[in-house]
Amino acid sequence: MVAYVIRRLLLAVLTVWAISVLSFMIIHLPPGDYVTSYIASMSASGSAVSEGEAMALREQLGLDKPITVQYAKWMGLMLRGNFGMAMEWGRPVADVIGDRLTLTMVISVAAIIFTWALALPIGIYSAVYPYSVLDYVFTFVGFIGLAIPGFLLALVVMYVGFAYFGANVGGLFSPDFVEAPWSMAKMWDLVKHLPIPAVVLGVAGTAQLIRIMRSNLLDELRKPYVMTARARGLSEYRVIMKYPVRVALNPFVSTIGYLLPYVVSGSIIVSLVLSLPTVGPLLLKALIAQDMFLAGTIVLLLGVMTVIGTFISDLLLMWVDPRIRLGRQ
Amino acid sequence: MQNDTRPLLSVRNLRTSFFQDEGTTKAVDGASFDVFPGRTLAIVGESGCGKSVTAHSILRIVDRPGRIVEGEIVLTRTDGSRTDLVKLKANGREIRSIRGGDIGLIFQEPMTSFSPVHTVGEQIIEAVLLHSAVGRKEARLRGIEALRSVGIPKPERRIDEYSFELSGGLRQRAMIAVALSSDPRLLIADEPTTALDVTTQAQILDLLRKIQQERGMAIMLITHNLGVVAEMADDVVVMYLGKVVEQGTVDDIFHDPKHPYTKALLQSIPSIESTPRMKLPTISGSIPHPFNRPKGCPFHPRCVSAIAGRCDTEEPPLQAVGEGRKASCFLYP
Amino acid sequence: MAKHAPALATGVLAEDRIAVATQWQLMWWRFRKHKLAVGGTVVLVAFYLVALFADFFAYADPQESEAQRSLMAPQRIHWFDDGSFRPYVYALTGTRDPVTFKRVYVPDTSRKIPITFFGRGEPYDLLGFIPTDRHLIAAEGAKAGESLFLLGTDMQGRDLWSRLMYATRTSMTIGLVSVALSLVLGVVLGGISGYFGGLMDTAIQRIIEILRSIPTIPLWMGLAAALPADWSVVQVYFAITIIISLIGWTELARVVRGRFISLKEEDFVMAAELLGCSKARIIFRHMVPSFISHIIAATTLAIPAIIISETSLSFLGLGLRPPAISWGVLLQDAQNIQALVISPWLLYPAVAVIVAVLAFNFMGDGIRDAADPYL
Repeated sequence: MVAYVIRRLLLAVLTVWAISVLSFMIIHLPPGDYVTSYIASMSASGSAVSEGEAMALREQLGLDKPITVQYAKWMGLMLRGNFGMAMEWGRPVADVIGDRLTLTMVISVAAIIFTWALALPIGIYSAVYPYSVLDYVFTFVGFIGLAIPGFLLALVVMYVGFAYFGANVGGLFSPDFVEAPWSMAKMWDLVKHLPIPAVVLGVAGTAQLIRIMRSNLLDELRKPYVMTARARGLSEYRVIMKYPVRVALNPFVSTIGYLLPYVVSGSIIVSLVLSLPTVGPLLLKALIAQDMFLAGTIVLLLGVMTVIGTFISDLLLMWVDPRIRLGRQ
Repeated sequence: MQNDTRPLLSVRNLRTSFFQDEGTTKAVDGASFDVFPGRTLAIVGESGCGKSVTAHSILRIVDRPGRIVEGEIVLTRTDGSRTDLVKLKANGREIRSIRGGDIGLIFQEPMTSFSPVHTVGEQIIEAVLLHSAVGRKEARLRGIEALRSVGIPKPERRIDEYSFELSGGLRQRAMIAVALSSDPRLLIADEPTTALDVTTQAQILDLLRKIQQERGMAIMLITHNLGVVAEMADDVVVMYLGKVVEQGTVDDIFHDPKHPYTKALLQSIPSIESTPRMKLPTISGSIPHPFNRPKGCPFHPRCVSAIAGRCDTEEPPLQAVGEGRKASCFLYP
Repeated sequence: MAKHAPALATGVLAEDRIAVATQWQLMWWRFRKHKLAVGGTVVLVAFYLVALFADFFAYADPQESEAQRSLMAPQRIHWFDDGSFRPYVYALTGTRDPVTFKRVYVPDTSRKIPITFFGRGEPYDLLGFIPTDRHLIAAEGAKAGESLFLLGTDMQGRDLWSRLMYATRTSMTIGLVSVALSLVLGVVLGGISGYFGGLMDTAIQRIIEILRSIPTIPLWMGLAAALPADWSVVQVYFAITIIISLIGWTELARVVRGRFISLKEEDFVMAAELLGCSKARIIFRHMVPSFISHIIAATTLAIPAIIISETSLSFLGLGLRPPAISWGVLLQDAQNIQALVISPWLLYPAVAVIVAVLAFNFMGDGIRDAADPYL
């Protein structure tokens, strides 16, 4: 068990490192020196950068040194929480990102919870009554959910909301709460607004999970231990829920690990369409404005949060599967 | 051994078929036999002759798309009343109380017969709780006792282990313990030793015999291994393609087989007494495809004594060919 | 020996037919039973026909903009003219609504423009080298580009139907190129990983796990935005393709690796080794044919994700950019909800995306079920 935890931890660290390299690449891919464009954009917005400041910045980022040194310096800054300056806003990146990262994770988790709550019972039903009418209906609806990209669904939802109800269904907060500081009331407001983004984000994942659950459960239902349980005299309901479902739950739980990056990914575009105050719209603005520091940092932080989430799901899997706990493959 | 003349379980004319898109397979096609209390009945036959499906039919756990089409399975209850298991509501309360209660079932593959994510104890305790009105603590004690009675050392530790932590022999014993935990009157053992090595095989058979003597339990032993039959059985039923072709006591069957199939089976057992350097006799041909059942007697294409004109057109009924013996063959009027 | 009764004739024939059928025949029979899969395949064939013959299916120049015609609603086709089947549309005149100052298009019932099929229109080169001027839909006696607007027009007055045809071509082919790259990467890396095992396997496995844990869209956005703005449309097209395939290969690699690992232990592989076959021969002649159908299934199922990725990126303005035309580029116009409410026909390209993705999913599912129903 300990070996398992250590292995997953190592993997998580490695992944974070890989993401940092990729983020660094993103920051430095566009042509041009960061500091020069920084100075240019600062002066364009009216604030000047002194020679001394420019020199210090160059020094700090190691722009005259080879790329590996630059990377090391940048990582050093990151680890100390210094994410640099966002050019467009003229404020530290940390300020600009603010709540958005947390909110991104909140809707991602909400989407996953929704996905699970729906996929589990539907998947079980489809496996126990395969080829029934409801099974076909679920399969078909599931396929449609799989086929519609998140942002299209968001568009349609917005359109329907606007055209037929005259309401703007986007956003995560009511107008009064947008700028307000955090409080119980604000959190409740958030919860009230969560359903639509959670559903839109979760639909595609739900379809996939239903298919996974259905096929895994179908496999398990064929196995001898189900018949043994029946031969012991258990009721049909307990036979299915207590045994094969429990076993099929393992691959199901292990899917969170990959669901999370998928949902976080999707939330970027969906939050653009639904105008959610998350990281998505910010990232797009940063990229279009070629504010690579902001963009790169967002990519890095998103990646890190996802890796943490994946690691938590690994721990969850360990709790659920005794074979892992006891060290057997 | 008791010699109760009334059968504990009576199967009459059982027909179970599997209905698939490609065709219908008559897995059991008119089987009739009796199981007596305290005695062991062996059901013998090659793979695919319907032995396991018969066992599943008795407990009404035949997998979809299979279904009992006809027949009756009459169980004599402890109070003397007789219940037709076929007529019971599928998965209803009554059949469920019989499953694991009056009738226990052990399977061929002990590894896959236990849930990989539940402890062995959990599964035994569940069986106890289902069939007796005791609390959890008491059920656990009974579970430990059950494990002890099948010869598992340190049962109070083993009860909390998972099936993959036990060796093959211990797993099979554990499965027997689960089946016996509610003191059934009939134990159906479906190929209980096929997946075990020979030494473990002997141990398990000894165990079964011991338990039978202690409790006066009837055993229905399903196997294709004639050696096991010779060692364990009191009565034998020979099946071929879903039908019973011969029936009798183990001595009669082994020393005076009537049906050509039984004769051929016995001839094909390598024996220390057979003439050396002679080819081992085999049964010519192979088992027909289930969709391709021969007309008339199912065995006639492979039978050395088939009567042309009779065996390929009519099906021989199962009839008496001696005291307590039955065979379905036109050789016997 | 007793005489053997003849077995039932039909039973023997059916058995024999199954016994001598090749692997592909068996797959085809199973695939045929899957109605949805067959339907999906038909739809995809149609889509690729459109992609191939986009010029034939379109009737107007997709780039020709005309401010006078901006945001026109789809025209109503009248199918019967005085009782006989002669479809036509009314010519449209645009006037400015005096109250709202919005442009309003009113059908001029005095001018009927008949629609012909396989009629003459603008000349082009079919398949790039056959000069012709036949189009699927043409207007008789008038320039199609000025009078037919079957799906309406966009903000710049460009005919949406024709643009959709060309967009189909781009979007359907970008998927193929990308998946081909993913396939190569996946098969090579998955194969090495599965067949040779050991340290290489562990290393490749870790890389795959890492790649799968990274949220893809922010990464793609970053990489796409980093492309120099002065690259040509074609260069951007290929760069996007490569970027998308760089992460997509992981799924295929997993399938390939899994197959190799399970096949390595099979007896027939050992038999081939004992016969003295070289490693290459064993891999390509013995192992690969047993899982090639699974690869095809996995590849088919990978395409929809690629199509969605490209559409998403282009929708954001980070993928293909005008003057390139793809479904994503078309949908960019639909970003603005207010504009969408006024001109809902801008969403029609979404239907194409959904149908294509569904069709690929159904077909891929059918192939996978046919290859191994117990998979």
